[in-house]
Amino acid sequence: MQPTLSFEQAPPISVPYRFFLTAPLFGAVAGLILAWLGPAALESRWSPGALAMTHLIVVDFMLQAMCGSLLQFVAVVAGANIWRPRLVAAVVHPLITAGAVFLATAFLLEQQVLFLLAALVFATALGLFLTVMATALLRTPARSSSIYVLRLAVLGLLVTVVLGVTLASTLGLRESLQSVWSLLALINVHVAWGLGGWALMLVIGVSYLVVPMFQLTPAYPVWLTRLVPAGLFLLLCLWSLQLLPGMDAAQAWQSGVLLAGMLLAGLYAVATLWLQSRRRRRQADVTLNFWRGAMLALLGLAVSWLVFVALPQLGSHPRAPLWLGVLALPGVFLSVIMGMLYKIMPFLNWLHLQRQGGTVMTQPNMKQMIPERAMRGQMRLHFAALVLLLAAVVWPALALPAGLAFSASCLWLEWNLIGAARLYARFRDRIRAAARAAASART
Amino acid sequence: MSLPTQILPAHHRHCDDLFVAAEEFAQRGDWAAAAPAFTRFNDQMKAHFEAEESLLFPAFEAATGMSAGPTQMMRHEHEQMRSLLSQLEAACAARDGEAYAGVAETLLMLMQQHNMKEENILYPMCDQALGAEAERVAAKMGALLEPGHA
Repeated sequence: MQPTLSFEQAPPISVPYRFFLTAPLFGAVAGLILAWLGPAALESRWSPGALAMTHLIVVDFMLQAMCGSLLQFVAVVAGANIWRPRLVAAVVHPLITAGAVFLATAFLLEQQVLFLLAALVFATALGLFLTVMATALLRTPARSSSIYVLRLAVLGLLVTVVLGVTLASTLGLRESLQSVWSLLALINVHVAWGLGGWALMLVIGVSYLVVPMFQLTPAYPVWLTRLVPAGLFLLLCLWSLQLLPGMDAAQAWQSGVLLAGMLLAGLYAVATLWLQSRRRRRQADVTLNFWRGAMLALLGLAVSWLVFVALPQLGSHPRAPLWLGVLALPGVFLSVIMGMLYKIMPFLNWLHLQRQGGTVMTQPNMKQMIPERAMRGQMRLHFAALVLLLAAVVWPALALPAGLAFSASCLWLEWNLIGAARLYARFRDRIRAAARAAASART
Repeated sequence: MSLPTQILPAHHRHCDDLFVAAEEFAQRGDWAAAAPAFTRFNDQMKAHFEAEESLLFPAFEAATGMSAGPTQMMRHEHEQMRSLLSQLEAACAARDGEAYAGVAETLLMLMQQHNMKEENILYPMCDQALGAEAERVAAKMGALLEPGHA
């Protein structure tokens, strides 16, 4: 088939919005679980509560928001619409929502059958999503450094899903794969591809376009746009070698690979902060501040890891991985996602109202879609919750306020996004009514 | 001699600079300076649309036979930007800082994603489709535009 070039501006608005409007709710649930379970949830990364919260955040918040954005984004960067976006969204969205709920419940209640159900649901939903996305990204005639990073990210998601489904099936069947792979090696590789190969790769690919675009910064240097994703991908392949028989015990080279990965992530964070400091558009909006917070968290993550290596008595503490997890999930990824949602939804509102025939009447501009004060307030609460979560890792007695603050920040985000969606619906209805009135006046 | 892929992206950056200058004056409430800065930005945006719509797109459509495809979408987005530019002009005349900021934000997003599609997809296709004629079209367009920086 010929590569199709469609310059449609966007898939139907319901496609990204259904993902965007459910994502924050599960962050709120994760916060409530932390508040409910209290310090027990923070004993180690292996506590049922920590595993449940982690998967609610990475799948039902992050993956949800990232799938919704990607369905939208690919149409713009690749100039190609994806295959039947409405149908894909209608299948993928409810399935991953349910899958993460199954998975989180399976961890909390240690229910084997729920692990199997989650594995089945994820394999179906993400199998479809990956096929559609890979087809669109491979067929596009577009040229840009972003396209190839997005392809790597989609590949990273594929590896994550395959390993995740394997892990969930193993837990569901209680069938030990010890003879083939050590469970720990499997988990190590799953986590690395999920956070590095999918989530961070996607953030990198998107940032090459949006960091210069929103604030008019200089472009990322070409050498960096190649080095970071290619280096990250190579390191993930090396890291995966621990799945080979006899390779899982070799500690020294694994630390070397991790060190290189952390340096690469730190380099990317510094480069982004530096570009943002050289932006031509001086005003610092909420999106920019969320991005800067995320990049500082990424830098903090790399530095913390170095400290943990330098001070093994600190690094081997059971809560040390939780510290890194808080920096990575709410710190890096949720900050980027929140900042992006505050830019994407107002713009999509505007774009789709135009499409409805916005010439009939004046419609709100982007800054009128979500009140600036509400976005700023929610951002402050998010960063305060992040600090509280980090403090709770050190003093688990703070689990209750940290969980509640995080939950409140997610609910406030949800409220702001619902406000934007309702404003869209209100103006769409007004435009339609005006068009009907004009039509009946003519007849 | 240069190609469309060389002169037009540079002119996009030039328009970005003019956008920022006007927006900063408007934000500070310095309307005496904002008005001429906006006029210069507005003129260059319109000149850019004109260069593409009267020279590049017809040449591309003639060379490829595609008149309902990407160029139609680009013309449509030019129309949307013209409408936002006239709203900015009104905000400038009324010295309404809030309206200026909101419309400017909207225009910037539309402009940037439009430029991205042109630079990543359409211009490379033009270079290819126009062949030997590409440089001639680029030179004619260059005459309509203030020189951008590479």
